Amino acid sequence: MLSRFHISKRSSLSPQKAWLIRGGAILLALVICGIITTITTGLNPLDVYATIFQGAFGTARKSWVTWQNVSVLLGISLAVTPAFKMRFWNIGAEGQVLIGCLASAACMILFGDKLPNGLLILVMLLASLFAGGLWGFLPAFFNARWNTNETLFTLMMNYIATQLVAYYIIVWEVPKGSGKIGIINQNSQMGWLPQLAGQQYLLSILIVAILTGAMYIYLQYSKHGYEIAVVGESRRTASYAGIKVDRVIIRTMTLSGAVCGLMGLLLVSGINHTMTTTIVGGRGFTAVMVSWLAKFNPIAMIFTSLLLVFLDRGAGEISSVFSLNRSFADILTGIILFFIIGSEFFINYEIHLTNSAETEGERHV
Amino acid sequence: MKKFFALLLALVMVLSLAACGKQEGDPTPATNDIKVGFIMLHDENSTYDLNFINAAKEACANLGIPESNYIIRTNVPEGQECYEEAAALADDGCSIIFADSFGHEDYMIQAAKEFPDVQFCHATGTKAHTEGLDNYHNAFASIYEGRYLAGIAAGMKLNEMIENGEFTPEEAKIGYVGAFTYAEVVSGYTSFFLGARSVCPTATMEVTFTGSWYDETAEKEGANKLIGNGCKLISQHADSMGAPTACEVAGVPDVSYNGSTKSVGPNTYIISSRINWVPYYEYAIKAVMNGTSIDADYTGTIATGSVQLTELNESVAAAGTAEAIEAAKAELSAGTRHVFDTSTFTFQGAALDSYMADVDSDAAYTPDTEVIADGYFHESEFRSAPYFDLQIDGITLLDTAF
Repeated sequence: MLSRFHISKRSSLSPQKAWLIRGGAILLALVICGIITTITTGLNPLDVYATIFQGAFGTARKSWVTWQNVSVLLGISLAVTPAFKMRFWNIGAEGQVLIGCLASAACMILFGDKLPNGLLILVMLLASLFAGGLWGFLPAFFNARWNTNETLFTLMMNYIATQLVAYYIIVWEVPKGSGKIGIINQNSQMGWLPQLAGQQYLLSILIVAILTGAMYIYLQYSKHGYEIAVVGESRRTASYAGIKVDRVIIRTMTLSGAVCGLMGLLLVSGINHTMTTTIVGGRGFTAVMVSWLAKFNPIAMIFTSLLLVFLDRGAGEISSVFSLNRSFADILTGIILFFIIGSEFFINYEIHLTNSAETEGERHV
Repeated sequence: MKKFFALLLALVMVLSLAACGKQEGDPTPATNDIKVGFIMLHDENSTYDLNFINAAKEACANLGIPESNYIIRTNVPEGQECYEEAAALADDGCSIIFADSFGHEDYMIQAAKEFPDVQFCHATGTKAHTEGLDNYHNAFASIYEGRYLAGIAAGMKLNEMIENGEFTPEEAKIGYVGAFTYAEVVSGYTSFFLGARSVCPTATMEVTFTGSWYDETAEKEGANKLIGNGCKLISQHADSMGAPTACEVAGVPDVSYNGSTKSVGPNTYIISSRINWVPYYEYAIKAVMNGTSIDADYTGTIATGSVQLTELNESVAAAGTAEAIEAAKAELSAGTRHVFDTSTFTFQGAALDSYMADVDSDAAYTPDTEVIADGYFHESEFRSAPYFDLQIDGITLLDTAF
């Protein structure tokens, strides 16, 4: 007698049970990673896990850097969330952050010796918000006006931003021909965001913490947040309810872009003090995953971004400590992500085992 | 639900803070248990980084530093991550830290300012002599001499192919895959070309740029394009196996860099020049052990053993190559021959008798130092990193966008 799988959508699942499934998936992923580690390298998997933890939280500095990285990823994830909640498939966060980076770097280089520091930082803030906002506005405007495909449009805007940055790196490179800008205003520190309480990692963490709260309130309790939710459910319903859908789309995407621009400012003037084409490092795309895994809940995003940063930093550490290739660390991260994303399937669907002897009708319940 | 999150967040915070409690190492260890840190841009898949990694291990072994007392961090990008790694190594108790890539420089300086008791040594950088920090140092080698000698091997191979009737003397064109249009690369290909032309006077050269220190695909494509353009021999200044692999597939001889690439090019690899970093590593680490100071700029030479040629492939190289290289090497060492002898090349149709180079790097590329005297260009004397950035006649540059 043959058994068959029968997959059906779950009607509801308590949050506790959903998190139990997620936790189980992570545990299972760790076990699989352990087995693969032992087979391929002969290392003790427990040592490897301990090293991953060491890499993320081994010293005070490492912990601070981990939280700083979380703040960057979380900030970009918060930025993409309103648009995704609206079912607007914006995959242009990478470019929106990058263009914000370019705007801040341009101000630092061009006005570094012309404006007082406070005014310079204000100009940089406005420039990066505007640049990021523009990169969000354009695809939304074209979508609202001419119904262009927002996924392709935002994707292509990424390439434009990357090429612009590549061009300006060659304009501003030091020394000539080296293909790098180096630390901007290293000795004068003009345009550098100030350190809070002498703690160089604190500022971005604090700003993103405030941003998280603000975004939570904006999405949950504001009129705009409600409009976003309704447009996300159905554009027609929103229209019928008297919501100006085009305006909501343009406004939300401009906001998304502007927050990305702000993250660009933090990256350039708060953290790296330079600009490269890879400064965002794919976090504009990772942010999409962070946002989706957290079901667009800003508070839950703290955990999903922490998890991804933790894995990334741990992966870097094991490749160094055990002299393994970085690719091995990527394999482990890949396995863990596979399980986490896979677990969402089991949260949304359940699987029954049915006998083929049962009637057709029953199988289609 | 929210309570659960709050609890989880609190737990993570506490755990990470508990980890913070671990104390950092003592930055001033006794000489016998000195700790050394190494920062590498890529890992052993890059010929450039492999050369540094091997040297780090060898120098530590020679100085009796146990494996537990040196840390090699690989795949450290040229950004804030480099500062974080340098600071983390200093936290771990390293009293001297080396970085291997040009773009690491500003971040090493940033760390050097924060940790005045730790020595920071940066290979290929340009700023130590202008920053004025006691604990920040640059190092390089007169690798242009090595390139020149490797160029002699290339020129002799061209001569051999001309004699065999494979092409006419006028067709003796060399192809060169460079990373950036930066002085380090310009100095490298120019010295290589001058070496080749010293034995094959009709040689010309085409140079293409990839815009990256390590981009296997771009380097392979670059080499293929040069071969398609009619180049009879290839050399490169970029760090992957891209160009040597392309040469082996096309059957075009290749003069390599950073170390032997015979493993991927047994039928085309001729010779390679490389910087041996062991002498510098030993010099700097010993200085910390003995409490003496390290020079702001260190230029390794043929005499210090820093400039080396590796593994001449007799089955590909022209007959008599080893002898010709030895003869030229002796002249270079004795100072009777100079790589950038102004009587051997022209710039815009005329011989040079004066040139102001940008030795003290600045954003405006201001020329600041006269570098031509006694009939030759004084490379790597006013700072360790190369500053020869002239486009001499006989070399054609393609894709100079980088």
